[in-house]
Amino acid sequence: MTANNTSNISFTVNGEKFNNVNVPSRQHLADYLRSQGLTGTHLGCEQGACGACTIEMDGKAVRSCLVLASQANGSDLKTVEGFDDQMMEQVKQSFLKHNAFQCGFCSPGMLMTTKEILLSKKKLTRDEIRSEISGNYCRCTGYQSIVDAIEECINEIN
Amino acid sequence: MDDLKVNQNPKLGSIDRPNSYIGRSVPRQNAKKHLDGGGQFVDDLTLPRMVHVAFLRSPFAHAEIKSIDVKNAKQSDGVIDVFTAKEIDEVCKPWVGVLGHLGEMRSPEQSPLAKNIARWQGEPVAVVIANSRAQAEDALELIEVDWLEKDAQVDMETALDPNAVIIHPELGNNLFWTRTVNQGDVDKAFKEADAVVETTLDFARHTGVTLESRGIVADWNKAENKMTIYHNGQAPHMMQHIIAKHLDLNEGLVRIISRDVGGSFGIKVHVYPDEMAVTAISKKLGRPVKFIADRLESFTTDIHARCHKISGKLGVDKNGKILAMEIDDLSGIGPFSMYPRTSAIETNQVLNLSGAPYVIPNYKAVGTVVFQNKTPMCQYRAVGHPIAVAITEALIDKAAYKIEMDLDKIRKINFIPDNSYPNKSPSGVPLEDLSHQASMDKLLEIMDIKEIETKKKDDYEKGILSGYGVISMCEVTNPSPLFYGVGGAHISSQDGASIRLEGSGAIHLSSSITEQGQGTEAIMKQIAADQLGVKLESVRVTLGDTDATPYGGGTWASRGAGIGGEAVLKAARKLKDNILNIAAAIMQTDKDSLDIEDNNVIRKNGGEGISLQKLAETVYYRGHEIPKGTNPELLATASFLIEGIPFVFTNSAMGCQISIDQDTGIIKINKFWAVEDCGTQINPKLVEEQIRGGVIQGIGGALFEECVYDDQGNMQNATMADYLVPMAYEMPDIIVDHVTTNSGRSIIGAKGAGEAGTGGAPAVIMNAINNALKQVGAEVISQPITPEKVLKALGKI
Repeated sequence: MTANNTSNISFTVNGEKFNNVNVPSRQHLADYLRSQGLTGTHLGCEQGACGACTIEMDGKAVRSCLVLASQANGSDLKTVEGFDDQMMEQVKQSFLKHNAFQCGFCSPGMLMTTKEILLSKKKLTRDEIRSEISGNYCRCTGYQSIVDAIEECINEIN
Repeated sequence: MDDLKVNQNPKLGSIDRPNSYIGRSVPRQNAKKHLDGGGQFVDDLTLPRMVHVAFLRSPFAHAEIKSIDVKNAKQSDGVIDVFTAKEIDEVCKPWVGVLGHLGEMRSPEQSPLAKNIARWQGEPVAVVIANSRAQAEDALELIEVDWLEKDAQVDMETALDPNAVIIHPELGNNLFWTRTVNQGDVDKAFKEADAVVETTLDFARHTGVTLESRGIVADWNKAENKMTIYHNGQAPHMMQHIIAKHLDLNEGLVRIISRDVGGSFGIKVHVYPDEMAVTAISKKLGRPVKFIADRLESFTTDIHARCHKISGKLGVDKNGKILAMEIDDLSGIGPFSMYPRTSAIETNQVLNLSGAPYVIPNYKAVGTVVFQNKTPMCQYRAVGHPIAVAITEALIDKAAYKIEMDLDKIRKINFIPDNSYPNKSPSGVPLEDLSHQASMDKLLEIMDIKEIETKKKDDYEKGILSGYGVISMCEVTNPSPLFYGVGGAHISSQDGASIRLEGSGAIHLSSSITEQGQGTEAIMKQIAADQLGVKLESVRVTLGDTDATPYGGGTWASRGAGIGGEAVLKAARKLKDNILNIAAAIMQTDKDSLDIEDNNVIRKNGGEGISLQKLAETVYYRGHEIPKGTNPELLATASFLIEGIPFVFTNSAMGCQISIDQDTGIIKINKFWAVEDCGTQINPKLVEEQIRGGVIQGIGGALFEECVYDDQGNMQNATMADYLVPMAYEMPDIIVDHVTTNSGRSIIGAKGAGEAGTGGAPAVIMNAINNALKQVGAEVISQPITPEKVLKALGKI
């Protein structure tokens, strides 16, 4: 494969159709999404460690820096820009109330992880919430406020 | 939401009035954009004809660059050009990281790209400019450098030995800076002491790991001779000056825009060679140029922090009274002192802050700062604090154990009394408005040491080692010109605010303080709305743009609330005064009979008022209706500066309770308490989150974070998977409480709150671990306190 190889793929992002687009075969999904102006997906490490780029791919949370754009062929993607349903609005209000973010760089990934927790319908304890979000780095908050927000969401939404 | 349990500053007016926002934990308005994916970080910006760069960086800690061949790289797909030091130096003058107010500092000239010799692994050597970052990286592989690897001086402890590798031959040795503080007569006092204790502590290098890496877009507009810089920095006006100075531009035509910043913690307040190269490239090409550091670049080129070895000695009498303290600190800063703040300040603060909460009549401190072939080290959150607090508090615990006194009691005996301020630290630094006694009392009240002691005994019976610690500390905040400006750095210690009533009735505020997530925008809005008497949502704020905000220092050293906040308060009061004067003229009444509430000028005694919108419409569109001679200004500007003292100190008391798994060496922090006295809290929730976030970064330094080097100077763990930072699972909930002693330096009375957690946590955690280990005669003295070090201390490995 050379640097100039491209792949022709189709997929949807937040309900918008991307039909027959050419993506560089070596480009990861996060870079592709960002190149399309969907800059809410953030890159912190590009090796799957920090969790900032976590998005929803066919209903599952994935690190979009570890998925090639070409692998998204036929997929239904959702990024932070598309987290606008009633449940996620409530999550956002809870994050705001508890100040569960400071700089906001980790928030897109943290919201995706929260979404997965809530969809699992599990009644998690604080320690279990801490364990669930252990794949997402936050350097500002110290995590407590994030745990507070998620705990409140679990109690109110589920 | 209401936090009126928080003491209110009487200078700010009654809390029982509409629009009283100071002291209330209102959620950050406008922050929701981050939850909608609408933040605007530097990497989110794309400009027409923008190009990207990738740097070739030295793979060696110390090597001669015999030749560089860029011919093949220039032919690579998408490449626009490839530059080495020769081309960059044509447009960017070198700098020197020294200041004039702290005695002689010796650091050589530094240029954006290394010339002839590379002095740390990661130092930029050449740069490829291409249509995409990927294409630039492809071309990097085609640059051929003939390297001659040299011996590296990696270890700071041998940097001054006679056979050390001299990193800058023109300086003769590897000494950057040294300072001695000598108050009283320590030698005599140690002889008179009933007990003398000593220890030596190690602090590894770690770094800030901002989740958003450093980034810059430079856009040189030749037609206007104007340089626009989008930069995720903390001090826009400082950068404006520096870029103008080194690129020989008209300073007024350099505009720095700092939009959203994804964490900074002091990492993003320095001048980095690669960023200066980007500005030079834009000047050369006349095109916008973007550089976003990847994570490897962050680990090897963001400033590192700490890197200290400190020895200390404390003498007490039999009643526990401290007679003398002596410290000797060695620190390694890499091959250059950072520009323009220098890499001396961390050690300087170790010398200033050690022993600072206590009466210590005889104090001696020696600091030595040396060069080495590692990434440059400089000021990161809680500059110098962790070292100063850890050595002080470790020695005090040791003295308490030796004379068999309670850990809280020995501190209480020695505190500088709350009623004795203004006072001075043992090092001679002026201190004001502190409350170590009240804060420790509050800490003990929320901690319940008796219960913890009982649990410790029970745990021991069960074979579990648990322990606790309590500490007290001073926190440097709100610096005056005596911090940097006096030494010759063009870093403003004054900050400004400009506030206006617009034709729509909306309030617009701009401030020279910047936002990196702390909540600057939110607290500025709260102060303005509170002082003006308007609804929070009617205030709009502009920050981080040298063309749009007043001149000022930006955000660092916890100066936003205390300095920038005071400027906003003064500007809002001026605007209110102007509004009431105009309203009095329009309403044909006495100004003193009027006030502003909920965006309306009201008559205090009742009767019809006038809305701010109507008043503004009258002033702006029907000015002829205002009585002649009335000042029509609906714009007010003010600024504020701390004068006469170096800093406004905050104080803090912290406690924690830990347990040790004797089989794995893993430390569990079961509980952590922090009491902070930062004076007026504009938004208590945001203060608490500063404390918590700070504590977690302190825990990182104490237990996890380390830039590991081999003995050739290669960083071994420069990835987020290998460099450990605190993750949610290992972290405790942190109980935060407050004592409120307002700063007498301002009306608002606020001091800073961003440093204490990071400054104090390493000390209290280490003391708690040693409190536990003492039961089996063991001790740890090196941070991060890894499981391996604990097992070694326990004699298990």
